[in-house]
Amino acid sequence: MKQSVFTLERTRRLAGDVWELVLTGDTSAVTAPGQFVNIALPGKFLRRPISVCDWAEERLTLLVKEAGEGTKELVRLPAGTRLDALSGLGNGFDPAAAPEGAVLVGGGIGVAPLFGLAMRMREAGRAVTAVLGYRSSWDAFYQEMFAAIGADLRLVTEDGSLGTGTKGFVTDALREELPDCRYVMACGPTPMLRAVCALPQIAGGQFSFEARMACGFGACVGCSIETKNGLRRVCKDGPVFRKEDIVW
Amino acid sequence: MVDLSVNLAGVTLKNPIIPASGTFGYGREYAGLYDLDILGSFSWKGTTRDPRPGNPQPRVAEAASGMLNAVGLQNPGMEAVLREEVPNIARIFHGPVIANVCGFSLEEYAENCRMLEEADQVKILEINISCPNVHAGGQNFGSSPQSAAAVTRAVRAATKKPVFMKLSPNVTDIAEIARVCEAEGADGLCLINTLLAMRIDLNTRRPVIANRTGGLSGPAVFPVALRMVWDAYEAVKIPLIGCGGVDSAETAAEMLLAGASAVEVGAANLRDPWACKTIIESLPGVCERLGVDKISDLTGGAHHG
Repeated sequence: MKQSVFTLERTRRLAGDVWELVLTGDTSAVTAPGQFVNIALPGKFLRRPISVCDWAEERLTLLVKEAGEGTKELVRLPAGTRLDALSGLGNGFDPAAAPEGAVLVGGGIGVAPLFGLAMRMREAGRAVTAVLGYRSSWDAFYQEMFAAIGADLRLVTEDGSLGTGTKGFVTDALREELPDCRYVMACGPTPMLRAVCALPQIAGGQFSFEARMACGFGACVGCSIETKNGLRRVCKDGPVFRKEDIVW
Repeated sequence: MVDLSVNLAGVTLKNPIIPASGTFGYGREYAGLYDLDILGSFSWKGTTRDPRPGNPQPRVAEAASGMLNAVGLQNPGMEAVLREEVPNIARIFHGPVIANVCGFSLEEYAENCRMLEEADQVKILEINISCPNVHAGGQNFGSSPQSAAAVTRAVRAATKKPVFMKLSPNVTDIAEIARVCEAEGADGLCLINTLLAMRIDLNTRRPVIANRTGGLSGPAVFPVALRMVWDAYEAVKIPLIGCGGVDSAETAAEMLLAGASAVEVGAANLRDPWACKTIIESLPGVCERLGVDKISDLTGGAHHG
Protein backbone atom coordinates (compact mmCIF):
# COMPACT_ATOMS: atom_id res chain seq x y z
CA MET A 1 0.00 0.00 0.00
CA LYS A 2 1.19 3.46 -0.84
CA GLN A 3 -0.25 6.89 -0.11
CA SER A 4 0.33 9.40 -2.87
CA VAL A 5 -1.23 12.30 -4.69
CA PHE A 6 -2.67 11.73 -8.15
CA THR A 7 -3.56 14.50 -10.58
CA LEU A 8 -6.81 14.22 -12.50
CA GLU A 9 -5.99 14.66 -16.18
CA ARG A 10 -9.39 14.18 -17.77
CA THR A 11 -12.86 12.81 -17.19
CA ARG A 12 -15.29 11.67 -19.85
CA ARG A 13 -18.74 10.20 -19.69
CA LEU A 14 -18.71 6.73 -21.22
CA ALA A 15 -22.38 5.85 -21.00
CA GLY A 16 -25.34 6.34 -18.70
CA ASP A 17 -23.89 7.05 -15.27
CA VAL A 18 -20.44 5.56 -15.94
CA TRP A 19 -17.40 7.80 -16.30
CA GLU A 20 -13.75 7.28 -17.16
CA LEU A 21 -11.14 9.16 -15.12
CA VAL A 22 -7.52 9.29 -16.22
CA LEU A 23 -5.04 10.31 -13.53
CA THR A 24 -1.29 10.71 -13.37
CA GLY A 25 0.79 9.74 -10.37
CA ASP A 26 2.80 7.01 -8.73
CA THR A 27 1.29 3.64 -9.72
CA SER A 28 4.22 1.58 -8.41
CA ALA A 29 2.11 -0.04 -5.68
CA VAL A 30 -0.37 -1.46 -8.22
CA THR A 31 0.80 -5.01 -8.91
CA ALA A 32 -2.25 -6.93 -10.16
CA PRO A 33 -5.45 -6.30 -12.12
CA GLY A 34 -8.47 -6.20 -9.84
CA GLN A 35 -6.74 -4.24 -7.08
CA PHE A 36 -8.30 -0.95 -6.01
CA VAL A 37 -7.42 2.54 -4.86
CA ASN A 38 -9.06 4.33 -1.92
CA ILE A 39 -9.56 7.99 -2.70
CA ALA A 40 -10.01 10.80 -0.17
CA LEU A 41 -12.59 13.33 -1.31
CA PRO A 42 -12.89 16.88 -0.01
CA GLY A 43 -15.73 17.08 2.50
CA LYS A 44 -16.08 13.31 2.86
CA PHE A 45 -14.70 11.43 5.83
CA LEU A 46 -14.45 7.93 4.40
CA ARG A 47 -12.32 7.32 1.32
CA ARG A 48 -14.04 5.88 -1.76
CA PRO A 49 -12.74 2.51 -2.94
CA ILE A 50 -12.53 2.36 -6.77
CA SER A 51 -11.17 -0.62 -8.69
CA VAL A 52 -8.27 -0.02 -11.06
CA CYS A 53 -9.43 -0.33 -14.67
CA ASP A 54 -5.96 -0.04 -16.14
CA TRP A 55 -2.57 1.30 -15.21
CA ALA A 56 0.81 2.09 -16.67
CA GLU A 57 3.84 3.88 -15.30
CA GLU A 58 2.55 7.18 -13.90
CA ARG A 59 -0.94 6.65 -15.38
CA LEU A 60 -4.07 5.30 -13.73
CA THR A 61 -7.45 4.75 -15.39
CA LEU A 62 -10.54 4.41 -13.21
CA LEU A 63 -14.12 3.81 -14.27
CA VAL A 64 -16.62 5.25 -11.82
CA LYS A 65 -20.34 4.69 -11.63
CA GLU A 66 -22.31 7.45 -9.99
CA ALA A 67 -23.83 5.66 -7.03
CA GLY A 68 -23.98 8.11 -4.16
CA GLU A 69 -22.89 11.59 -3.16
CA GLY A 70 -19.19 10.75 -3.14
CA THR A 71 -19.00 9.23 -6.61
CA LYS A 72 -21.27 12.00 -8.01
CA GLU A 73 -18.72 14.54 -6.79
CA LEU A 74 -15.74 12.50 -7.92
CA VAL A 75 -16.82 12.37 -11.58
CA ARG A 76 -17.44 16.14 -11.63
CA LEU A 77 -14.06 17.27 -10.30
CA PRO A 78 -12.23 19.56 -12.71
CA ALA A 79 -9.09 18.46 -14.53
CA GLY A 80 -6.02 19.32 -12.51
CA THR A 81 -7.63 18.32 -9.18
CA ARG A 82 -5.11 16.64 -6.89
CA LEU A 83 -6.45 13.54 -5.16
CA ASP A 84 -4.95 11.81 -2.13
CA ALA A 85 -5.21 8.05 -2.74
CA LEU A 86 -4.06 4.86 -1.10
CA SER A 87 -3.03 2.57 -3.95
CA GLY A 88 -2.14 -1.08 -4.38
CA LEU A 89 -4.99 -2.27 -2.15
CA GLY A 90 -6.39 -5.80 -2.26
CA ASN A 91 -5.11 -8.99 -3.83
CA GLY A 92 -6.42 -8.67 -7.41
CA PHE A 93 -6.87 -11.35 -10.03
CA ASP A 94 -4.21 -13.99 -10.64
CA PRO A 95 -4.31 -14.74 -14.37
CA ALA A 96 -1.42 -17.19 -13.98
CA ALA A 97 -3.74 -19.41 -11.93
CA ALA A 98 -6.40 -19.39 -14.64
CA PRO A 99 -6.28 -22.26 -17.15
CA GLU A 100 -6.37 -21.73 -20.91
CA GLY A 101 -9.96 -21.15 -21.95
CA ALA A 102 -10.82 -19.13 -18.86
CA VAL A 103 -13.51 -16.55 -19.62
CA LEU A 104 -13.73 -13.02 -18.22
CA VAL A 105 -17.26 -12.22 -17.03
CA GLY A 106 -18.23 -8.66 -16.12
CA GLY A 107 -21.51 -7.08 -15.12
CA GLY A 108 -22.08 -3.30 -15.14
CA ILE A 109 -19.27 -1.36 -13.51
CA GLY A 110 -17.72 -4.76 -12.71
CA VAL A 111 -16.42 -4.66 -16.29
CA ALA A 112 -13.83 -2.06 -15.19
CA PRO A 113 -11.16 -4.26 -13.55
CA LEU A 114 -11.61 -6.91 -16.25
CA PHE A 115 -10.15 -4.54 -18.82
CA GLY A 116 -6.85 -4.35 -16.90
CA LEU A 117 -6.97 -8.12 -16.56
CA ALA A 118 -7.53 -8.49 -20.31
CA MET A 119 -4.61 -6.14 -21.00
CA ARG A 120 -2.23 -8.14 -18.82
CA MET A 121 -3.38 -11.40 -20.45
CA ARG A 122 -2.83 -9.97 -23.94
CA GLU A 123 0.63 -8.76 -22.91
CA ALA A 124 1.37 -12.32 -21.79
CA GLY A 125 0.35 -13.52 -25.26
CA ARG A 126 -2.90 -15.10 -24.13
CA ALA A 127 -6.22 -15.08 -25.94
CA VAL A 128 -9.04 -13.26 -24.14
CA THR A 129 -12.69 -14.22 -24.21
CA ALA A 130 -14.97 -11.85 -22.34
CA VAL A 131 -18.69 -11.83 -21.56
CA LEU A 132 -19.77 -8.27 -20.77
CA GLY A 133 -23.24 -7.73 -19.38
CA TYR A 134 -25.16 -4.46 -19.09
CA ARG A 135 -28.71 -3.52 -18.20
CA SER A 136 -29.24 -1.80 -21.56
CA SER A 137 -27.44 -0.01 -24.38
CA TRP A 138 -27.79 3.18 -22.29
CA ASP A 139 -25.16 2.03 -19.81
CA ALA A 140 -22.96 -0.14 -22.04
CA PHE A 141 -19.32 0.93 -22.19
CA TYR A 142 -15.81 -0.22 -23.12
CA GLN A 143 -16.92 -2.80 -25.72
CA GLU A 144 -14.72 -1.03 -28.28
CA MET A 145 -11.77 -1.04 -25.85
CA PHE A 146 -11.98 -4.83 -25.45
CA ALA A 147 -12.44 -5.22 -29.21
CA ALA A 148 -9.37 -3.05 -29.85
CA ILE A 149 -7.12 -5.45 -27.95
CA GLY A 150 -8.49 -8.40 -29.88
CA ALA A 151 -10.78 -9.91 -27.26
CA ASP A 152 -13.40 -12.43 -28.34
CA LEU A 153 -16.41 -10.47 -27.06
CA ARG A 154 -19.86 -11.74 -26.05
CA LEU A 155 -22.15 -8.81 -25.25
CA VAL A 156 -25.28 -9.16 -23.17
CA THR A 157 -28.05 -6.70 -22.32
CA GLU A 158 -31.01 -7.49 -20.13
CA ASP A 159 -33.40 -5.80 -22.58
CA GLY A 160 -31.58 -6.62 -25.81
CA SER A 161 -31.34 -2.90 -26.60
CA LEU A 162 -27.74 -3.16 -27.80
CA GLY A 163 -29.12 -4.73 -31.00
CA THR A 164 -26.33 -7.27 -30.98
CA GLY A 165 -25.31 -10.10 -28.66
CA THR A 166 -27.51 -11.89 -26.19
CA LYS A 167 -30.71 -10.58 -24.62
CA GLY A 168 -30.77 -11.72 -21.01
CA PHE A 169 -28.04 -12.34 -18.50
CA VAL A 170 -24.35 -13.21 -18.64
CA THR A 171 -25.27 -16.71 -17.50
CA ASP A 172 -27.37 -17.14 -20.69
CA ALA A 173 -24.34 -16.25 -22.82
CA LEU A 174 -22.11 -18.64 -20.87
CA ARG A 175 -24.61 -21.48 -21.21
CA GLU A 176 -25.55 -20.95 -24.83
CA GLU A 177 -22.46 -19.52 -26.48
CA LEU A 178 -19.62 -20.80 -24.30
CA PRO A 179 -20.80 -24.23 -23.09
CA ASP A 180 -17.19 -25.43 -22.85
CA CYS A 181 -16.21 -22.66 -20.44
CA ARG A 182 -15.19 -24.26 -17.13
CA TYR A 183 -13.33 -21.38 -15.44
CA VAL A 184 -14.24 -17.71 -15.06
CA MET A 185 -12.70 -14.52 -13.73
CA ALA A 186 -15.69 -12.43 -12.78
CA CYS A 187 -16.64 -9.07 -11.34
CA GLY A 188 -20.11 -7.62 -10.97
CA PRO A 189 -23.12 -7.43 -8.67
CA THR A 190 -23.26 -10.22 -6.07
CA PRO A 191 -26.41 -11.84 -7.56
CA MET A 192 -24.58 -12.10 -10.90
CA LEU A 193 -21.48 -13.60 -9.28
CA ARG A 194 -23.63 -16.10 -7.41
CA ALA A 195 -25.51 -17.12 -10.57
CA VAL A 196 -22.30 -17.54 -12.58
CA CYS A 197 -20.69 -19.57 -9.80
CA ALA A 198 -23.78 -21.80 -9.62
CA LEU A 199 -23.72 -22.76 -13.33
CA PRO A 200 -23.12 -26.53 -13.51
CA GLN A 201 -20.48 -26.02 -16.22
CA ILE A 202 -18.30 -23.77 -13.98
CA ALA A 203 -15.72 -25.85 -12.12
CA GLY A 204 -13.57 -23.03 -10.83
CA GLY A 205 -12.93 -19.35 -10.94
CA GLN A 206 -11.94 -16.09 -9.36
CA PHE A 207 -14.74 -13.80 -8.20
CA SER A 208 -14.24 -10.16 -7.23
CA PHE A 209 -16.54 -8.88 -4.47
CA GLU A 210 -17.86 -5.45 -3.61
CA ALA A 211 -18.35 -4.21 -0.05
CA ARG A 212 -18.84 -1.01 1.84
CA MET A 213 -15.45 -0.29 3.36
CA ALA A 214 -13.99 2.14 5.85
CA CYS A 215 -10.20 1.78 5.88
CA GLY A 216 -9.55 -0.39 2.80
CA PHE A 217 -6.36 -1.89 4.26
CA GLY A 218 -7.65 -4.47 6.71
CA ALA A 219 -7.59 -2.59 10.00
CA CYS A 220 -11.26 -1.99 10.78
CA VAL A 221 -12.73 -5.34 9.60
CA GLY A 222 -15.76 -3.36 8.42
CA CYS A 223 -16.01 -5.44 5.21
CA SER A 224 -15.58 -9.00 6.55
CA ILE A 225 -17.43 -11.83 4.84
CA GLU A 226 -17.79 -15.49 5.76
CA THR A 227 -15.65 -17.85 3.65
CA LYS A 228 -14.80 -21.54 3.83
CA ASN A 229 -11.61 -20.40 5.60
CA GLY A 230 -13.49 -18.32 8.16
CA LEU A 231 -14.02 -14.57 8.14
CA ARG A 232 -12.05 -12.75 5.47
CA ARG A 233 -11.75 -9.03 4.72
CA VAL A 234 -12.92 -8.07 1.23
CA CYS A 235 -10.41 -5.19 1.23
CA LYS A 236 -7.30 -7.05 2.30
CA ASP A 237 -7.84 -10.80 1.79
CA GLY A 238 -9.94 -10.03 -1.33
CA PRO A 239 -11.59 -8.52 -3.21
CA VAL A 240 -10.93 -11.59 -5.37
CA PHE A 241 -11.87 -14.95 -3.86
CA ARG A 242 -11.57 -18.43 -5.35
CA LYS A 243 -14.72 -20.42 -6.08
CA GLU A 244 -13.76 -23.13 -3.60
CA ASP A 245 -13.45 -20.59 -0.76
CA ILE A 246 -16.71 -18.70 -1.25
CA VAL A 247 -19.77 -19.09 0.97
CA TRP A 248 -22.80 -17.67 -0.88
CA MET B 1 13.36 19.22 24.31
CA VAL B 2 9.72 18.85 25.24
CA ASP B 3 8.99 15.96 27.59
CA LEU B 4 6.10 14.09 25.94
CA SER B 5 5.87 11.30 28.51
CA VAL B 6 2.71 10.78 30.51
CA ASN B 7 1.66 8.53 33.35
CA LEU B 8 -1.48 6.43 33.45
CA ALA B 9 -2.05 4.87 36.88
CA GLY B 10 1.65 4.09 37.29
CA VAL B 11 2.26 3.08 33.67
CA THR B 12 4.61 5.42 31.81
CA LEU B 13 3.90 6.13 28.15
CA LYS B 14 6.58 7.85 26.03
CA ASN B 15 3.86 10.12 24.67
CA PRO B 16 0.10 10.46 25.15
CA ILE B 17 -0.96 9.13 21.72
CA ILE B 18 -2.74 5.75 21.66
CA PRO B 19 -4.49 4.27 18.60
CA ALA B 20 -8.03 3.50 19.75
CA SER B 21 -9.54 0.06 19.99
CA GLY B 22 -11.27 -1.18 16.85
CA THR B 23 -9.24 0.98 14.48
CA PHE B 24 -5.88 -0.73 14.93
CA GLY B 25 -6.66 -4.46 15.05
CA TYR B 26 -3.82 -6.13 16.93
CA GLY B 27 -1.27 -3.91 15.21
CA ARG B 28 -0.50 -6.13 12.20
CA GLU B 29 -1.86 -3.85 9.45
CA TYR B 30 0.10 -0.83 10.70
CA ALA B 31 3.39 -2.56 11.54
CA GLY B 32 4.39 -2.46 7.87
CA LEU B 33 3.52 1.24 7.56
CA TYR B 34 5.59 2.79 10.33
CA ASP B 35 7.63 1.86 13.39
CA LEU B 36 4.98 1.21 16.05
CA ASP B 37 7.52 1.98 18.78
CA ILE B 38 6.85 5.69 18.25
CA LEU B 39 3.42 5.15 19.88
CA GLY B 40 2.69 5.77 23.55
CA SER B 41 0.69 2.54 23.56
CA PHE B 42 -2.06 0.99 21.51
CA SER B 43 -5.46 -0.34 22.48
CA TRP B 44 -6.17 -3.60 20.77
CA LYS B 45 -9.44 -4.69 19.18
CA GLY B 46 -12.21 -5.39 21.69
CA THR B 47 -11.83 -9.04 22.66
CA THR B 48 -14.46 -11.39 24.03
CA ARG B 49 -14.04 -14.82 25.62
CA ASP B 50 -15.33 -16.65 22.52
CA PRO B 51 -14.71 -15.85 18.85
CA ARG B 52 -17.36 -13.57 17.34
CA PRO B 53 -18.20 -13.17 13.64
CA GLY B 54 -19.64 -9.69 14.14
CA ASN B 55 -22.65 -8.19 12.40
CA PRO B 56 -23.90 -8.72 8.83
CA GLN B 57 -22.87 -6.38 5.97
CA PRO B 58 -22.97 -3.45 5.49
CA ARG B 59 -21.27 -2.39 8.69
CA VAL B 60 -20.01 1.10 7.87
CA ALA B 61 -21.51 4.33 6.55
CA GLU B 62 -20.46 7.90 5.86
CA ALA B 63 -21.63 10.81 8.02
CA ALA B 64 -20.84 14.52 8.03
CA SER B 65 -17.29 14.73 9.44
CA GLY B 66 -17.35 11.15 10.54
CA MET B 67 -18.54 7.62 10.06
CA LEU B 68 -20.85 5.00 11.50
CA ASN B 69 -19.75 1.48 12.26
CA ALA B 70 -21.52 -1.61 13.48
CA VAL B 71 -18.75 -4.18 13.20
CA GLY B 72 -20.25 -5.95 16.19
CA LEU B 73 -17.11 -6.93 18.09
CA GLN B 74 -15.79 -9.31 15.45
CA ASN B 75 -12.75 -10.88 17.11
CA PRO B 76 -11.01 -14.26 17.29
CA GLY B 77 -11.66 -14.77 21.03
CA MET B 78 -9.31 -14.42 24.00
CA GLU B 79 -7.54 -17.78 23.62
CA ALA B 80 -6.61 -17.13 19.99
CA VAL B 81 -5.48 -13.61 20.86
CA LEU B 82 -3.21 -14.92 23.64
CA ARG B 83 -1.86 -17.68 21.38
CA GLU B 84 -1.43 -15.78 18.10
CA GLU B 85 -1.61 -12.03 18.61
CA VAL B 86 0.20 -11.46 21.91
CA PRO B 87 3.46 -13.10 20.69
CA ASN B 88 3.21 -11.16 17.42
CA ILE B 89 2.63 -7.88 19.25
CA ALA B 90 5.87 -8.54 21.17
CA ARG B 91 7.68 -8.59 17.81
CA ILE B 92 6.16 -5.43 16.33
CA PHE B 93 5.77 -3.20 19.41
CA HIS B 94 7.86 -2.95 22.56
CA GLY B 95 5.87 -0.53 24.70
CA PRO B 96 2.97 -1.05 27.09
CA VAL B 97 -0.16 -2.50 25.49
CA ILE B 98 -3.74 -1.69 26.45
CA ALA B 99 -6.03 -4.71 26.19
CA ASN B 100 -9.62 -3.79 25.34
CA VAL B 101 -11.76 -6.37 27.12
CA CYS B 102 -15.43 -7.05 26.35
CA GLY B 103 -17.95 -9.33 27.93
CA PHE B 104 -21.60 -10.26 27.88
CA SER B 105 -21.76 -11.14 31.58
CA LEU B 106 -19.90 -10.19 34.75
CA GLU B 107 -18.34 -13.66 34.80
CA GLU B 108 -17.03 -13.22 31.27
CA TYR B 109 -15.43 -9.86 32.06
CA ALA B 110 -13.73 -11.34 35.12
CA GLU B 111 -12.54 -14.44 33.27
CA ASN B 112 -11.12 -12.37 30.40
CA CYS B 113 -9.18 -10.25 32.87
CA ARG B 114 -7.80 -13.34 34.62
CA MET B 115 -6.71 -14.80 31.27
CA LEU B 116 -4.66 -11.67 30.61
CA GLU B 117 -2.83 -11.80 33.94
CA GLU B 118 0.18 -13.64 32.46
CA ALA B 119 0.47 -11.39 29.39
CA ASP B 120 3.28 -9.19 30.70
CA GLN B 121 3.18 -6.65 27.89
CA VAL B 122 -0.46 -5.87 28.67
CA LYS B 123 -0.09 -3.11 31.24
CA ILE B 124 -3.62 -1.72 31.28
CA LEU B 125 -7.01 -3.38 30.87
CA GLU B 126 -9.50 -1.14 29.12
CA ILE B 127 -12.90 -2.49 30.04
CA ASN B 128 -15.38 -1.92 27.24
CA ILE B 129 -18.77 -1.60 28.89
CA SER B 130 -20.62 -0.92 25.66
CA CYS B 131 -21.39 -4.62 25.16
CA PRO B 132 -25.01 -5.66 25.68
CA ASN B 133 -25.64 -7.34 29.01
CA VAL B 134 -27.20 -10.63 27.98
CA HIS B 135 -28.48 -11.17 31.51
CA ALA B 136 -30.35 -7.86 31.63
CA GLY B 137 -32.26 -7.70 28.35
CA GLY B 138 -29.36 -6.56 26.20
CA GLN B 139 -29.01 -3.11 27.73
CA ASN B 140 -25.38 -2.02 27.55
CA PHE B 141 -23.44 -2.37 30.81
CA GLY B 142 -22.25 1.20 30.38
CA SER B 143 -25.72 2.68 30.15
CA SER B 144 -26.55 2.65 33.86
CA PRO B 145 -24.51 3.49 36.98
CA GLN B 146 -25.58 0.21 38.59
CA SER B 147 -24.31 -2.07 35.84
CA ALA B 148 -21.18 0.02 35.25
CA ALA B 149 -20.43 -0.31 38.97
CA ALA B 150 -21.04 -4.07 38.87
CA VAL B 151 -18.58 -4.57 36.00
CA THR B 152 -15.97 -2.40 37.71
CA ARG B 153 -16.32 -4.43 40.91
CA ALA B 154 -16.04 -7.72 39.01
CA VAL B 155 -12.91 -6.79 37.07
CA ARG B 156 -11.29 -5.06 40.05
CA ALA B 157 -11.51 -8.35 41.97
CA ALA B 158 -10.20 -10.37 39.02
CA THR B 159 -6.93 -8.58 38.21
CA LYS B 160 -3.99 -6.74 39.72
CA LYS B 161 -3.43 -4.75 36.53
CA PRO B 162 -4.78 -1.20 36.28
CA VAL B 163 -8.34 -1.17 34.95
CA PHE B 164 -9.66 1.72 32.87
CA MET B 165 -13.40 1.65 32.27
CA LYS B 166 -14.29 2.73 28.72
CA LEU B 167 -17.48 4.72 29.08
CA SER B 168 -20.39 5.06 26.71
CA PRO B 169 -21.56 8.59 25.81
CA ASN B 170 -25.11 7.30 25.41
CA VAL B 171 -26.05 8.20 28.99
CA THR B 172 -27.84 11.02 30.78
CA ASP B 173 -25.09 11.91 33.25
CA ILE B 174 -21.52 10.88 32.40
CA ALA B 175 -20.22 12.32 35.69
CA GLU B 176 -22.37 9.98 37.76
CA ILE B 177 -21.08 6.93 35.85
CA ALA B 178 -17.51 8.20 36.25
CA ARG B 179 -17.98 8.57 40.01
CA VAL B 180 -19.38 5.06 40.56
CA CYS B 181 -16.53 3.51 38.54
CA GLU B 182 -14.00 5.41 40.67
CA ALA B 183 -15.80 4.36 43.86
CA GLU B 184 -15.65 0.69 42.81
CA GLY B 185 -11.89 0.85 42.35
CA ALA B 186 -11.29 1.74 38.69
CA ASP B 187 -7.75 3.03 38.18
CA GLY B 188 -8.84 5.29 35.34
CA LEU B 189 -11.47 5.98 32.71
CA CYS B 190 -11.44 6.12 28.94
CA LEU B 191 -14.09 8.26 27.31
CA ILE B 192 -15.92 8.20 25.00
CA ASN B 193 -17.01 5.21 22.96
CA THR B 194 -19.10 5.89 19.84
CA LEU B 195 -22.46 7.68 19.81
CA LEU B 196 -25.48 5.62 18.80
CA ALA B 197 -26.46 6.79 15.32
CA MET B 198 -28.21 5.92 12.05
CA ARG B 199 -28.32 6.64 8.29
CA ILE B 200 -31.12 5.75 5.87
CA ASP B 201 -30.59 4.95 2.18
CA LEU B 202 -33.06 7.01 0.11
CA ASN B 203 -33.01 4.44 -2.70
CA THR B 204 -33.98 1.48 -0.52
CA ARG B 205 -35.69 3.52 2.25
CA ARG B 206 -33.95 1.25 4.72
CA PRO B 207 -31.13 1.87 7.20
CA VAL B 208 -27.73 1.82 5.45
CA ILE B 209 -26.26 -0.35 8.20
CA ALA B 210 -27.61 -3.90 8.36
CA ASN B 211 -27.64 -3.70 12.15
CA ARG B 212 -29.89 -0.61 11.67
CA THR B 213 -27.86 1.49 14.11
CA GLY B 214 -24.14 2.04 14.39
CA GLY B 215 -21.68 4.05 16.41
CA LEU B 216 -20.74 7.53 15.22
CA SER B 217 -17.07 8.46 15.39
CA GLY B 218 -14.71 10.93 13.77
CA PRO B 219 -14.33 14.72 14.07
CA ALA B 220 -18.13 15.06 14.37
CA VAL B 221 -18.02 13.66 17.91
CA PHE B 222 -14.94 15.56 19.11
CA PRO B 223 -16.79 18.42 20.86
CA VAL B 224 -19.06 15.90 22.61
CA ALA B 225 -16.11 13.82 23.76
CA LEU B 226 -14.24 16.90 24.92
CA ARG B 227 -17.21 18.06 27.01
CA MET B 228 -17.57 14.63 28.59
CA VAL B 229 -13.86 14.48 29.45
CA TRP B 230 -14.30 17.92 31.04
CA ASP B 231 -17.28 16.68 33.09
CA ALA B 232 -15.47 13.52 34.18
CA TYR B 233 -12.38 15.51 35.20
CA GLU B 234 -14.55 17.63 37.47
CA ALA B 235 -16.12 14.50 38.96
CA VAL B 236 -13.20 12.15 39.67
CA LYS B 237 -9.51 12.11 40.65
CA ILE B 238 -8.42 9.06 38.61
CA PRO B 239 -6.63 9.61 35.26
CA LEU B 240 -8.64 9.91 32.06
CA ILE B 241 -7.92 8.83 28.50
CA GLY B 242 -9.73 11.18 26.11
CA CYS B 243 -11.11 9.51 22.99
CA GLY B 244 -13.39 10.76 20.25
CA GLY B 245 -12.67 12.60 17.02
CA VAL B 246 -9.05 13.54 17.71
CA ASP B 247 -7.29 13.98 14.35
CA SER B 248 -4.45 16.42 15.05
CA ALA B 249 -1.93 17.46 17.70
CA GLU B 250 -4.15 20.49 18.33
CA THR B 251 -7.28 18.47 19.10
CA ALA B 252 -5.13 16.12 21.22
CA ALA B 253 -3.96 19.16 23.19
CA GLU B 254 -7.58 20.24 23.69
CA MET B 255 -8.32 16.79 25.16
CA LEU B 256 -5.41 17.17 27.58
CA LEU B 257 -6.51 20.66 28.59
CA ALA B 258 -10.04 19.32 29.22
CA GLY B 259 -8.58 16.83 31.69
CA ALA B 260 -7.21 13.82 29.82
CA SER B 261 -3.80 12.37 30.73
CA ALA B 262 -3.56 10.56 27.37
CA VAL B 263 -5.47 10.57 24.10
CA GLU B 264 -6.81 7.83 21.89
CA VAL B 265 -6.99 8.34 18.14
CA GLY B 266 -9.60 6.21 16.38
CA ALA B 267 -11.42 6.93 13.13
CA ALA B 268 -8.59 9.20 11.94
CA ASN B 269 -6.44 6.06 11.44
CA LEU B 270 -8.96 4.68 8.97
CA ARG B 271 -8.87 7.72 6.71
CA ASP B 272 -5.14 8.35 7.19
CA PRO B 273 -3.20 5.23 8.26
CA TRP B 274 -0.28 7.45 9.30
CA ALA B 275 -2.46 9.77 11.44
CA CYS B 276 -0.89 8.80 14.80
CA LYS B 277 2.63 9.24 13.45
CA THR B 278 1.79 12.70 12.12
CA ILE B 279 0.14 13.72 15.41
CA ILE B 280 3.09 12.52 17.50
CA GLU B 281 5.54 14.40 15.29
CA SER B 282 3.46 17.57 15.70
CA LEU B 283 3.12 17.41 19.50
CA PRO B 284 6.42 19.16 20.41
CA GLY B 285 5.48 22.15 18.25
CA VAL B 286 2.09 22.44 19.92
CA CYS B 287 3.71 22.22 23.37
CA GLU B 288 6.11 25.00 22.43
CA ARG B 289 3.21 27.11 21.21
CA LEU B 290 1.44 26.52 24.53
CA GLY B 291 4.62 27.24 26.48
CA VAL B 292 5.00 23.91 28.31
CA ASP B 293 8.18 21.82 28.67
CA LYS B 294 6.20 18.79 29.85
CA ILE B 295 3.09 17.78 27.94
CA SER B 296 1.62 16.34 31.14
CA ASP B 297 1.39 19.91 32.45
CA LEU B 298 -1.47 20.45 30.00
CA THR B 299 -3.76 17.94 31.72
CA GLY B 300 -6.77 19.74 33.16
CA GLY B 301 -5.26 23.12 32.30
CA ALA B 302 -8.54 24.52 30.99
CA HIS B 303 -10.15 24.09 34.42
CA HIS B 304 -7.80 26.52 36.17
CA GLY B 305 -7.17 30.22 35.92
